Amino acid sequence: MSLKRMWALFVARSLEFIRDRAGFGWNILFPFLLVAAFGIAFGPDAKKQFKMGLFPVPDPVPALETIRIPDALKTDPAIQLVFFKDLDPALEKLRHHKIDILVQSGEVKDPEAVPSKNDSKVRYWVSDASPRGALAEKLVKAALVPEAFFEKRVYKQAVPGTLVRYIDWLFPGILGMNIMFSAFFGVGYVIVRYRRNGVLKRLKATPVTAFEYLSAQLISRVVVSMAASMVVWAGCDVIFSFQMQGSYVDAAIVFLFGTVCLVSFGLILACRGTNEELTNGIINFICWPMMFLSEVWFSIEGTAGWIRQAAGFLPLTHFLAAARKVINDGATLSQVSQEMAILAVMSLVFLAVGSWLFSWTR
Amino acid sequence: MPKQTIIRVDALKKSYNGRPAVAGISLAIAAGTCFGLLGPNGAGKTTAVEIMENIQKPDQGRILFKGKERDRSFNQQVGVQFQQTELMAFLTVEETLRTFAAFYAQSLPVEAVMDLCMLKEIKHQRCNKISGGQRQRLLLSLALINDPDLLFLDEPSTGLDPQARQHVWDIIKGIRSRGKTTILTTHYMEEAWVLCDDIAIMDEGKIIAQGAPKDLVKTHCASMPPESRNLESVFLALTGKRLKG
Repeated sequence: MSLKRMWALFVARSLEFIRDRAGFGWNILFPFLLVAAFGIAFGPDAKKQFKMGLFPVPDPVPALETIRIPDALKTDPAIQLVFFKDLDPALEKLRHHKIDILVQSGEVKDPEAVPSKNDSKVRYWVSDASPRGALAEKLVKAALVPEAFFEKRVYKQAVPGTLVRYIDWLFPGILGMNIMFSAFFGVGYVIVRYRRNGVLKRLKATPVTAFEYLSAQLISRVVVSMAASMVVWAGCDVIFSFQMQGSYVDAAIVFLFGTVCLVSFGLILACRGTNEELTNGIINFICWPMMFLSEVWFSIEGTAGWIRQAAGFLPLTHFLAAARKVINDGATLSQVSQEMAILAVMSLVFLAVGSWLFSWTR
Repeated sequence: MPKQTIIRVDALKKSYNGRPAVAGISLAIAAGTCFGLLGPNGAGKTTAVEIMENIQKPDQGRILFKGKERDRSFNQQVGVQFQQTELMAFLTVEETLRTFAAFYAQSLPVEAVMDLCMLKEIKHQRCNKISGGQRQRLLLSLALINDPDLLFLDEPSTGLDPQARQHVWDIIKGIRSRGKTTILTTHYMEEAWVLCDDIAIMDEGKIIAQGAPKDLVKTHCASMPPESRNLESVFLALTGKRLKG
């Protein structure tokens, strides 16, 4: 093994990555954009989970107090009101799940009811094909029950400890996902391209060994990904003021282990093949399920056991579990030692398999 | 005194999907000479050379370098220029040379190699911004960077204009004058005539003729009119005029 050769390859690959402005820029910009988008999506209006259509409401929309629906629906933080002048366009939106429920403004006489003083009802439409509609329906019904009814029947308890905002929970996932894409496309895809266009064949004719080449690729990508993640973290922190419960050093070590593991996985994807389209397909085939099963966007708590078992085989699962424990819960390295050990073992296995299967030309 | 053999090839065979690309060739190339491997497209030249370069594994046969089986030091002592090679697109010419220089235990000074291959003027240009001729010169310089004892050149002047081709020829002549060995594949008969001490003509995976260019002309063109007595006539006489490859 020659450190001189490894250093030369490391410098060459790192320069290549940094000078490829489009690729480098995207690696920085992509997580920024995602975090910004989620910051907006889950900002002050984040609690508005349900869209309730109201009709008939004239255009321009009059003051909310003048619209005749139960007051609780006007002030419910989970409901976003969407106004319609007529029924037909509103039903069209409901059919296509653009709103979750449609409520008619004003009291409606029940044509089937025996006339009496209390024969006015709230009329609503809801799609039986919409799970969100079923929940929205419960909100409408609950709005008709006086608050006093609940006061004597329920007892709300505060969650102990510091509340974790969704953006704080999501951020490690987005960084992990970005590292995964960077590892798979920046290592896997690029090495396949180098094999196809003859760069690897030319290197094979030099004293460079497969181990030296793969190690240099790995180190270069780990260094670049870690640096890019730090830049993204610092930038996003300025905007969103992330809550960091643990130590930054511990978080950096977790990210280092996770990045090494994902880049090693990328080396397996790069070990054979000269077809970039096929490699692209394989990478996407692995990335997308991993993104969902490893809880980048949402928790898989409560899903079928086999889904959670499958997630346990994915490196990103353990990477994000450790990162979130440190960042969101203030865990120390010893408290995430299990995840770290799994990442280390996976890295060694991936590196061994990647090196063993590696071909310069085929 | 006979020159030492730098590389010996015995009964080399290689097939792809049952189709023989190299069908049992044997060669002995003397140190300090320029050896040309000629043949029509698909004759098996590139496969044969890539096996000698240790890029491909033969199905059968043996290769001895300086009298011994090739080991890990082989790549330190040879230089290779492939027919088609991309380089790391975002590195400059100079950075590419320095990167390759670092691969070897010993290398020539980068400045000297850039001088030799006339790359100084483009040393700060990135590899994806240089012309085809400049890239050929850069590929040649990479093959020379470790001052190899044995240089493999696979069609080194393809795509070059006459001036650049003449320049490449001068470099190869300079290499030979320093006692280094070159194995050259080419489609240009004039190139083989000017540069090569010894030539092997391949067809359908076999060597069908071998010798000094003048001897080959003498042997195969004796019955031809004087104006047709050249290497191209030898080539056509041996491989036929039918389009191949």
